[in-house]
Amino acid sequence: MNNLFASKKGIIAVGAFIGILAVLLQYLGNPANMGICVACFERDIAGALGLHRAAVVQYIRPEIIGLVLGAFFIALVSGEYRPRAGSSTIIRFFLGVFAMTGALVFLGCPWRALLRLSGGDWNAVTGLLGLMTGIAAGVLFLKSGYSLGRSYPNKKSGGWVFPAFMIALFLLLVFRVTFAEGGPVFFSAKGPGSMHANIWISLGAGLLIGGLAQRSRFCTMGALRDIILARDLHLASGVIALVVTAFLLNFFVLGQFKAGFEGQPVAHTMHLWNFLGMVLAGLAFALAGGCPGRQLILAGEGDADSGVFVMGMIVGAGISHNFAMASSPAGVGAFGPAAVIIGIVFCLVIGFVMREKMAV
Amino acid sequence: MFNDKESVMSDMKQLDARGLSCPQPVVLTQKAINGGSELFSVMVSSAVSKENVLRCVEKNRMKAQVRQDGDDFIIEVSK
Repeated sequence: MNNLFASKKGIIAVGAFIGILAVLLQYLGNPANMGICVACFERDIAGALGLHRAAVVQYIRPEIIGLVLGAFFIALVSGEYRPRAGSSTIIRFFLGVFAMTGALVFLGCPWRALLRLSGGDWNAVTGLLGLMTGIAAGVLFLKSGYSLGRSYPNKKSGGWVFPAFMIALFLLLVFRVTFAEGGPVFFSAKGPGSMHANIWISLGAGLLIGGLAQRSRFCTMGALRDIILARDLHLASGVIALVVTAFLLNFFVLGQFKAGFEGQPVAHTMHLWNFLGMVLAGLAFALAGGCPGRQLILAGEGDADSGVFVMGMIVGAGISHNFAMASSPAGVGAFGPAAVIIGIVFCLVIGFVMREKMAV
Repeated sequence: MFNDKESVMSDMKQLDARGLSCPQPVVLTQKAINGGSELFSVMVSSAVSKENVLRCVEKNRMKAQVRQDGDDFIIEVSK
């Protein structure tokens, strides 16, 4: 079967579409420059589940649920649903934990870095440079034989668990389960966690993007990695399309463009840590084989290892906020810098020890 | 001649990239091409890896033939 969306035109169209939907979600209620941010939204989910008690960032984000389920449905329809598991699971979990640690020091995943850029937040440039540096380090490991090993086909039911978890989250969102005041599910009354588009619009946008991203293989980490590894601009053309369309819509139509470093929404100006936070995130994504968005899509297709990476990110968000490692608009958290250093050391050790002699 | 070709086919280098994360199937393919292999096959287990390997082969101006083997794909690469 010829896959139209995996063509050059296809990936550009999908990138542009994600840009448009993300910016529209901001217009419809999501936080500024955060139409879709996989790291931030998983962090909000962690908060809603009580894994951290940062009261301003607690919400079950339907976009995340939609991304997984959209990919799940389209994979079933297109015959690409392949339950698989067994590739260095615990390492992938901690790569997820540290990917989230880095992303929350910068305050965003690569998708949000692109949206911040298209909204005029120049701190995103520092973050993206860091992301590129981290990915470049990952490429060096890949070239020298780094591998987390094979995954193996799993029973059909093995791939249902993660989508089922997403449906459970959606039920918690719709029914707002409470046992006593303020629990066990938490929803922000103010701050970014309280800002959101209509549930069904968010879910619909997530489903659409999830389906399209599954078909097109859209991946922000892969985009930068392929430029460095093979001078291949295929995935990058989708990323560029996202930034350009989001910028055009922000600037000319919705008036959401505000250029500068200072006073940007849900962002800080500590350049060194914006940079190093994303070095850590980029390296962790490269070692795990995908950006956070891509990991959600893979989890939807039945990849249990990607599902474990996502769980690592959600738990990592809890740890980041509980241990004062996550940044806020005021700057980095008390232990953010130390966590970034520990995370980079962890990733470097994994990169070195998980090398195989290449069979070629 | 026919026999020669047969033996070449059976000696054909086979890369098993099944179950490997992105971009390892492509890295293995590129290494084989850089190492001067002009006839080899790559086994992958996902449509994504298949597309990526095909793009890599095309970029190196080589030919590829794909056949399905159960849930897997076998890509035969030749000059």
